[in-house]
Amino acid sequence: MNFPLFPQEASTAAAQTDHIYFALLGLSAFILALVFLPMIFFLFKYRSGKIANRAQLNLPTNKIEVTWTVIPTLIALGIFAWGAKVYFDEEVPPANTLEINVVGKQWMWKIQHQEGNHEINELHIPVNRAVKLTLASEDVIHSFYIPAFRIKQDVVPGRFTTEWFQPTRVGTYRFYCSEYCGTDHSKMQGIVFVMKPQDYENWLARGNVRNTLAQSGENLFRRLGCSGCHVNSNVIHAPPLEGLYEKLVPLSDKTFVRADDKYLRDSILLPTSQVVAGYQPLMPTYEGRISEDELLQLIAYLKSIGKETPPKKP
Amino acid sequence: MLERHSIVAEQFEDAEQQSAAAHLGMWTFIATEVLFFGGLFLAYTVYRHFYFDAFAAGSKHTDAVYGTINSVILLTSSFTMALAVQFAKIGRAKLIVRFLLLTVFLGAMFLAVKGFEYHEDIVKHLVPGPNFDPSLPLQSQIFFWFYWIMTGLHAVHILIGLGVLSAMAFLARREKFSAQYHSPVEITGLYWHFVDIVWLFLYPLLYLVQRHA
Amino acid sequence: MNDPEQNYLSAGWTVRSWLLTTDHKRIGILYLLSILVFFAIAAAAAAMMRLELLTPQGDLVLSETYNKLFTMHGVLMVWFFLIPSIPTVLGNFIIPLMIGARDVAFPKLNLLSWYLFIIGGCFALHAIVLGGVDTGWTFYTPYSTAYSNSHVLEMAAGIFIAGFGSILTGLNFIITIQKMRAPGLTWFRLPLFIWSMYSTSIILVLATPVLAITLLLMSIERIWGVGIFNPKLGGDPILFQHLFWFYSHPAVYIMILPGLGVVSEIIPCFSRKKIFGYKFVAFSSVAIAVLGFLVWGHHMFVSSQSIYAGMAFSILSFLVAIPSAIKVFNWTATLYRGSISFNAPMLYALSFIGLFVIGGLTGLFLATLAVDVHLHGTYFVVAHFHYIMVGGMVTAFMGGLHFWWPKITGRLYPEKLAQLAAIILFIGFNLTFFPQFILGYLGMPRRVHEYAPEFQLYNVLSTAGASILAIGYLLPLIYFLWSLFYGKKSSANPWRATGLEWKTSSPPPKHNFAETPVVTEDAYEYPPLNEIGEHPDA
Repeated sequence: MNFPLFPQEASTAAAQTDHIYFALLGLSAFILALVFLPMIFFLFKYRSGKIANRAQLNLPTNKIEVTWTVIPTLIALGIFAWGAKVYFDEEVPPANTLEINVVGKQWMWKIQHQEGNHEINELHIPVNRAVKLTLASEDVIHSFYIPAFRIKQDVVPGRFTTEWFQPTRVGTYRFYCSEYCGTDHSKMQGIVFVMKPQDYENWLARGNVRNTLAQSGENLFRRLGCSGCHVNSNVIHAPPLEGLYEKLVPLSDKTFVRADDKYLRDSILLPTSQVVAGYQPLMPTYEGRISEDELLQLIAYLKSIGKETPPKKP
Repeated sequence: MLERHSIVAEQFEDAEQQSAAAHLGMWTFIATEVLFFGGLFLAYTVYRHFYFDAFAAGSKHTDAVYGTINSVILLTSSFTMALAVQFAKIGRAKLIVRFLLLTVFLGAMFLAVKGFEYHEDIVKHLVPGPNFDPSLPLQSQIFFWFYWIMTGLHAVHILIGLGVLSAMAFLARREKFSAQYHSPVEITGLYWHFVDIVWLFLYPLLYLVQRHA
Repeated sequence: MNDPEQNYLSAGWTVRSWLLTTDHKRIGILYLLSILVFFAIAAAAAAMMRLELLTPQGDLVLSETYNKLFTMHGVLMVWFFLIPSIPTVLGNFIIPLMIGARDVAFPKLNLLSWYLFIIGGCFALHAIVLGGVDTGWTFYTPYSTAYSNSHVLEMAAGIFIAGFGSILTGLNFIITIQKMRAPGLTWFRLPLFIWSMYSTSIILVLATPVLAITLLLMSIERIWGVGIFNPKLGGDPILFQHLFWFYSHPAVYIMILPGLGVVSEIIPCFSRKKIFGYKFVAFSSVAIAVLGFLVWGHHMFVSSQSIYAGMAFSILSFLVAIPSAIKVFNWTATLYRGSISFNAPMLYALSFIGLFVIGGLTGLFLATLAVDVHLHGTYFVVAHFHYIMVGGMVTAFMGGLHFWWPKITGRLYPEKLAQLAAIILFIGFNLTFFPQFILGYLGMPRRVHEYAPEFQLYNVLSTAGASILAIGYLLPLIYFLWSLFYGKKSSANPWRATGLEWKTSSPPPKHNFAETPVVTEDAYEYPPLNEIGEHPDA
């Protein structure tokens, strides 16, 4: 009979999380013993009818109370700090990550690799490399959860969320939607394939992809009319997008914002909410005209031209 | 002293305990109302932070004339209410009735003015949804969503207040209140003043923000 | 006039005398009967769910049905059973007696509270009959506002209306406790149940309005099609979560504080001595109420909330555990050199301590940020809150019902059978919910109709436990009913407990006290014990 007690440890975060978990288990066992051994002892020794010394002691109540308040508080703060440290590391991705997009919709997961490979309900990744997922929802709140990696992140409509991990073992692991999202929430799951690096490259190549994500984005850029204003237009004065990604942008309200994924998304869907200094709020919104997949492709394109130098102003 | 005894409900020891309980009860109820409206004010603050310009654009389209008239009406009604309470403390039944009814009249005027204002808002396409004024930014719809709900909820509280005030006027007419027993009038006053204070917060947030910017 | 047989039960047998009563004792009984109905429906839903979960496939009910079952289970259990339970049944009945008052401050408002509860309940039941709701008891947007095709509005209306009943109950208790204590009953002479109920009432009064406005805004958005939670307009679905949990976290303290108060009454009585650390136990209730308002974000660690906010909420969540721990230590210390008997109320109280400690410790797991990233949204959370709510709260409710049953009904329940039921409950409960901790760490998400085959073993154990748990609840239902007709009549104070409520007859007279009592002693002033645990001086 198989009595599994915890999932495989298949990521760097998994080992760290399990360490805290075991420490908490140990602490819990200790506290349970500390409370229940005396309690059971008292229940037996001071049972009504049994001979025992029941003369009331004059105990220093306040000192005792303070002691058993302060010590648990210190232990609690210690665990908090440990958990917060691991959490911080889990939530802030390192610099060089393999970036993959995940779009959740009722009730399936669509995965897009930068190379252009698309998957549904499956995620192929190489082992021992930090992977960063950019998550988007087409409808309601979902959550992308890989128990073997001990990582999850809610996928919230109207924004991008990110999740990173570094797999440490080749193998297959389940992933689930862990935020209730409607009728077939239970079915919204899949498999992560962690592969040796060469196997991963082979898998990518086998995909027979025509366009990388950025190339699809470029096609969209033209098809949706973005180039009409943003590329050397004589009619409309629109901010150039080359070299924009991750730069500081001056806004019309005299503040600055960094041109990250969130900024690019908001600029496409809610263009009048943050207007670049020196420009008019003329850009139409693409809300309802573009899907989350397409949005991610556009952003991939904009990232790809992010290293270019912007054209000189005429 | 049987007359005195019938003023004090049987669960209380004496009139003083009854009055203290009534007052504490109304203050506690007002605390719940603060939390109720508080959620709305919090949400408004959050979105005003996100969409400052859209909110500014929206608030230019609320009618400050109507808003100011209503503020004056409501403040005056608080004054008449306070007078009613004063007369209750000295047991002047006729004057209690007069000032309670005056308060009801002013409250009804408030609602009437609000009705005219709502009508104009609808004509000016300030209702969020597909018919919203296209010249305004999209997020101004969020501003107006708050406008309609906050003023609407406030109006519901005024309406309930009018009911309570009328009931108090009716009781006052039947000489139920005296120098020894007038806490119902006092706590009605507390409620009415609270509703007035809520308006005093709504008014600047919905009418005055960035008006001349 | 002073007929010794006249009590609050015999003072009128008509339906009208019950449905228009302003007697807090009768209102307590009206609530008891009403919440039992909702408990039965919600328990039936749970039974269906556990049956479905025997197999990995979704083969008993449709997905949609399962989603409606867990929603119904959550909504009815939280708002129509747990939140009312101890406050409206035991609180209503006992508080005025315990403080030497003739009734609560506003008896008519008390009756109105019950009617609001019933009307709200009717809306909820009607929503279920029409086809149910499938959003989960948490109503997250935008699923609830823009995607669900179920009867969200009617259910929200039911909860909204019942919520006003809760607010009025809390208000009534605050004024009653503050203004109507008998002469000599200072704050630090009050029984700890009163401290707990006062703290609970503060939360009822301050938190429930936030639920009201949240449900209102969600409903308006659903009807109007426009709103602040929909990202298409620039709205924020996470704002809903903040507003919802700002109420719902304090709500869990509404649910547990009364239970903590009941245990604080039972332990001294069945140890025959004063509670250890009275002031600390009293203040810990207040601390729980205050801190409970500051931790709501621990439900949102992976929601895309700022990680710094997450850290603030995590540390506060650890701190809110401390007052509960203090209570547990003080209860244990109370047993030292006491004289302990194991009547049913005591068995329930001891059971409570065991299960509550496990529930509370697992709360620490969830408060730990890195661990919560793994455990959020899994069965670990389900197990944690069931340990607190069922293992804690319902157990305490059972303990309180047994403790005060003689006072309320004038009858004794059958002691041996009750002890057996308490043990069956303890065993059945652990078997049902302990495997769920393991399932959670293994990664089984919650609110799922079907699951991966490797989770089956623990699900089967859990369902087996649930059948034993059911017996643990059915037995009291049967023998309590039996005791009403055939139980031995009780004296005024069968447990020889301290407390003003025990000075009245069992059942008490309609107006509680012929003369307002004067209090000169602290709470739990039990006389000294001799070697074999009797009170020789009594």
